[in-house]
Amino acid sequence: MAAPSTDISAALVLVSPHLADWLVVLPVALMIGFGAVLMMVRKSVRLHGTIAITGLALLVFLDAALLVRVSTYGPVTMVMGRWLPPFGIAFTADLFGSLMAFVSAIVALAAGVFALRDIDAGGRRYGFFPFLMLLMAGVSGAFLTGDIFNLYVWFEVLLISSFGLLILGSEPEQIDGALKYAVLNLIGTTLFLIAIGYLYAIFGTLNMADIAGKASRLRETAPLVTLTALFILAFAMKAAAFPVNFWLPASYHTPRITVSALFGGLLTKVGIYALIRVTVMLFPVEREELSLVVAISAALTMVIGALGALAQNDLRRLVGYVVIAGIGNMMAGVAIGTPAAVSGSILYALHSVVTMTALYLVAGEAARLGGAWSLSGLGGLYRRAPWFSAASLALFLAAAGLPPLSGLWPKVALLKASLDIGAWWLAAAILISAFIVTLALSRVFLLAYWRPRPEPAPELVIARDWRIAWPLGCLTALSILFGLFPETVLDLSQRAATGLAEPSAYIRSVFPGGAAP
Amino acid sequence: MEALFAILIGLFFAAAIYLMLSKHTVRILLGIVLLGNGVNLLLFTTGRLTREVPPIIPNGMDALAAGAANPLPQALILTAIVISFSFFAFLLVLTYRAYQELGTDNTDEMRLAEPRDEERPPLGY
Repeated sequence: MAAPSTDISAALVLVSPHLADWLVVLPVALMIGFGAVLMMVRKSVRLHGTIAITGLALLVFLDAALLVRVSTYGPVTMVMGRWLPPFGIAFTADLFGSLMAFVSAIVALAAGVFALRDIDAGGRRYGFFPFLMLLMAGVSGAFLTGDIFNLYVWFEVLLISSFGLLILGSEPEQIDGALKYAVLNLIGTTLFLIAIGYLYAIFGTLNMADIAGKASRLRETAPLVTLTALFILAFAMKAAAFPVNFWLPASYHTPRITVSALFGGLLTKVGIYALIRVTVMLFPVEREELSLVVAISAALTMVIGALGALAQNDLRRLVGYVVIAGIGNMMAGVAIGTPAAVSGSILYALHSVVTMTALYLVAGEAARLGGAWSLSGLGGLYRRAPWFSAASLALFLAAAGLPPLSGLWPKVALLKASLDIGAWWLAAAILISAFIVTLALSRVFLLAYWRPRPEPAPELVIARDWRIAWPLGCLTALSILFGLFPETVLDLSQRAATGLAEPSAYIRSVFPGGAAP
Repeated sequence: MEALFAILIGLFFAAAIYLMLSKHTVRILLGIVLLGNGVNLLLFTTGRLTREVPPIIPNGMDALAAGAANPLPQALILTAIVISFSFFAFLLVLTYRAYQELGTDNTDEMRLAEPRDEERPPLGY
């Protein structure tokens, strides 16, 4: 057979990629690889913990290296199979994606260590750690991909692993929660797929950099506002924003507490990430048109989430509603849409990943120490575990947004941004929601920590355990550090938001020689 | 041809939404299957519905002949079929287990995770 005479340099990347560029795909490859290894040794349950923690520690390291690389040199791109974009599927890490990936990796490591204590041999035999690895593959892939159909695929990867984690144990309560979670999330991702179908019909490309470049030319003729509305509905469903949030309180309290912590910290934030990526970077003009709808949904989400938290007796369900209130805050930044507001949303997302995971872990530890999940059954935790109580109080204050903890800065940024554009009612909603969440969480501290035990139970001797102290302590320390020394994170999130509003660096990283025809 | 397909897809979506509004889990599942297939048809239609023009770039050209169907949406459908099929299999088992464990297929009565008479949080110290 004769050698092809055509010039392949127009279709393929011919130079081999820089060694550091591999950092873009390594987090996903690592997690899939560790998931596969864990599946192979699934009978030897004793090995699972060590292997999984090693994998997650490596993931934190890789994501940190990627973050350093991206923040110094700008967005990094790598294409699959060396096909030139937009033909090859591109993985593009910009500052926003790599920040989120880094924080999620830290949280996953903390939850993995907590799971060593929380997930018993039965849960491990059922496959907790392999599912955790694949969940992290999905989450990292969603944060690092530069192709919108690929984003859909990672959504499905994390969704199917979350199903496995959710029904770990197969209790009737879990099956009830999982059914609602599965049905509504599947409908949400199907809506996302519909929107992708229309997007491809309009643009003829699925590469996000390509779409961002072409949107301005097609704006006059194509129904981009409708398309953006479809995307917003799909992602709002994933993120549990108000009219489509009911699956979250129905399911997040049913699985093991480590699983709840992972879900509360990561999954809704992936929805917010996709919402910011698509609305702010790809369709900024259309986002402006729809901003009132998003703002109303955001305000209702915060207030209803906070009120829901106030009405709960079960600690886990209470934390679930606090997660929803936080989603409202992040949506508010999307609704306002100025770089300052988007940077507030990004800050809030980073804070929320850490704090919500830690709050679920606190709930789990409180239940272990106090022997009940409900506020009416808990009591006397302060006397029992003063250090744990101090960490809990810090996290409660952080979640409520009080100084000097991490919740303050994103709230300040969002408040300022909403007052700057004259949306006083959105600012009022943020403050009211923060006030009600403060009430709800301080009541938890009052009832579960300060109050003596309702009925004196036999004092169980509960040993301290590093597998609980370390994850909780580290997450609390992160939250306190971010509250006291916010400069680095503030600066990073501002640069991430500018990179989204002005994606020329992102586009250049995918198309070094100018945009695709 | 596209108009016909658009009507067909509309019918699929209408039937799917009608079924998903039902309270019985089996109907909801059937609705999800119909929705998945409706989306597949939609993706299929986005790639032009023409026959007899193979999507192969002839020698000396660097684009498809005008009117050839775009093969990429078909690759997307392939992915979507695999995903929606595996999800449907999972949901089918989950629904069956839910029917066994909870003794009902009516979503109004599935209140185990959110009991109707849930205790209120203590109002006093």
